[in-house]
Amino acid sequence: MNETLTKAAMADRLFEELGLNKREAKEIVELFFEEIRGSLERNEQVKLSGFGNFDLRDKKQRPGRNPKTGEEIPISARRVVTFRPGQKLKARVEAYAGTQ
Amino acid sequence: MTKSELIERIVARQSQLSSKDVELAVKTMIEQMAQTLAQGERIEIRGFGSFSLHYRAPRVGRNPKTGEAVGLSGKHVPHFKPGKELRDRVNASLLTHPEPAAEA
Repeated sequence: MNETLTKAAMADRLFEELGLNKREAKEIVELFFEEIRGSLERNEQVKLSGFGNFDLRDKKQRPGRNPKTGEEIPISARRVVTFRPGQKLKARVEAYAGTQ
Repeated sequence: MTKSELIERIVARQSQLSSKDVELAVKTMIEQMAQTLAQGERIEIRGFGSFSLHYRAPRVGRNPKTGEAVGLSGKHVPHFKPGKELRDRVNASLLTHPEPAAEA
């Protein structure tokens, strides 16, 4: 019952519901995620209404430490992706009263 | 990039499907992802990342206008953890795309 959603299951749904052939379905799923990655790697935010936004944040270099040796090593400046769920998705998920 | 721009870009990258089909496919995929999370299940996309639910414990909040205490029940919120390929590609763009992209 607890099924993790994967690309294969997404392609299956496109095959069953929209009648795309299996090869087309697989390709569209790949392109969907690849276009999102491509947009993000051009430093371009992605906004999917009904789902959420993928934003980019630039982090400055900050001091860090090797947890094993205690040695100080700076954590280099980096760019990270963050996901902000939209109102609609938040409302749908909030209602989920799962077994903790 | 918005959903409609995403649809246009996928249309431009392939030759078999009409834009109507691509539009339906994109909407179906997004709806399936939202449905999965709404059922309390995870999404795992290799090279992209995983979505799961995080639980927020019940707490006592306050009405900012009246200062009155309000009990807020526990809830689940969606969480995204970027996968290695996405993390690496985005981080590499710090050098190639220092400024935000111009609107397409």
